[in-house]
Amino acid sequence: MFEVPDDLRYMESHEWTTTDDVARIGITDFAQDELGDVVFVELPDEGDELTKDEEFGVVESIKAVSDLYAPISGTVVGVNEALFDQPELVNDDPYAEGWMLEVEPANEAEFDELLTAEEYREQTE
Amino acid sequence: MAHRKPPLREVHADRGATFTGFGGWEMPVEFDSIRTEHAAVRDSAGIFDVSHMSEIEVSGPDATELMQRLTTNDVTALDPGDSQYSCITDGSGVILDDTVVYALPDELTDADSPEPTYLFVPNAGHDEQMYERWTTHCDEWGLDATVDDRTEEWAMFAVQGPDAPDLVADAAGSDVLDLSRFEAAYATVAASECLVARTGYTGEDGFEVLCPWDAAETVWAEFDCQPCGLGARDTLRIEMGFLLSGEDFDPENEPRNPYEAGIGFTVKLDTEFVGRDALERAKKDGVDERFVGLKLDERGIARHGYELRDKDGESIGHVTSGTMSPTLGEAIALGYVKRNYAEPGTRIRVVVRGDEKRARIVNTPFLEDK
Repeated sequence: MFEVPDDLRYMESHEWTTTDDVARIGITDFAQDELGDVVFVELPDEGDELTKDEEFGVVESIKAVSDLYAPISGTVVGVNEALFDQPELVNDDPYAEGWMLEVEPANEAEFDELLTAEEYREQTE
Repeated sequence: MAHRKPPLREVHADRGATFTGFGGWEMPVEFDSIRTEHAAVRDSAGIFDVSHMSEIEVSGPDATELMQRLTTNDVTALDPGDSQYSCITDGSGVILDDTVVYALPDELTDADSPEPTYLFVPNAGHDEQMYERWTTHCDEWGLDATVDDRTEEWAMFAVQGPDAPDLVADAAGSDVLDLSRFEAAYATVAASECLVARTGYTGEDGFEVLCPWDAAETVWAEFDCQPCGLGARDTLRIEMGFLLSGEDFDPENEPRNPYEAGIGFTVKLDTEFVGRDALERAKKDGVDERFVGLKLDERGIARHGYELRDKDGESIGHVTSGTMSPTLGEAIALGYVKRNYAEPGTRIRVVVRGDEKRARIVNTPFLEDK
């Protein structure tokens, strides 16, 4: 089965986020498996603003192109630049080395609108 | 409409394959990972189930005449056991399909017929259309030939890669190693009579094995190598610059003649065939756009339909196939550009999600441009 850490929150479109003061964002184990070999990631720059539910970037595998959607609104304060040279980290370690953005949340109440691990597991079963 | 299933659909599912709809068939797209499967074919060997490819058999006294009039290459150049790459064009010279035409080896050819029996392999989902085309023209021209759709009688596997000859020799007997490229022979594999041809679509040495539909499982099991899906087949063929029907040409969405598509070598204007006169004019006048390879010089991947521009932002063509090359680690693509931009080395732009990315025209196969 796919790994779905309990301490993260999820979107139906398969992004995850931590709920820290600086939230980390990435895509789930299920998503990376569906995509197959990730070969390219397009991400915003530090200082850019994210709006919840809107596109913030693109992840491409050999076979498919997928938009990335923001789980929360906020300001980008970190970008995982390792993914530009090693996009396969998204496949190898989607919740750790394959993280994508660090974001200062604009509205912490938005975390509550996201799926819990249990709800996300039900969606992907 | 439900997809047609290859005979090994459940065998592949049990092996963990994921599937995709392709040409009306439900086919394995990936067994392990595209990168793993692609590398296996380049470095050792892989086996593809390509049972979605169509097979049409043409026999009888006028079989040669019928094949000659409906394909662009010269079938009279084929001895029994030979095959050739060819096109099927409409009256205006537009490619309806590309195909390999086999003159079947002697053993199964009708002894009473002075003509060879042919088997040609249209692309997935084109069998009914090609059967119609052949039978209709056969009647219209008053020819004496028999046309049979064998698509769901022959399963087809491609064993490709540097280790493929040894694998196929182990399974089919070492005689198959005597076959030259585009030669075919009958051979027994897992106690079934198969047509074994030194053909393929990956740029590697290898064989395509046609076996009876009901023997598919035992024949497949004879080849102990990496199973590969359509995903790897696509990245391998793009690296070679090979055309894919429906992507790089399509009578509806991408109507192209063989000269535009870079396969003018399949056109023999000294034969008579549907589309010949139009193609003679196209050759004389030259083509406005040409099929080229390109590489991105900036981060990004060019995909089907992306626009190509010159440095001034003028539209000069579009991408028809593109991927990140697993072998080269670079973004490569195929597409059509206006002919004055088609020279290797020409700097162009690819519009990737609204942004212009620098790219350049390169020679194909991409692997030789390494």
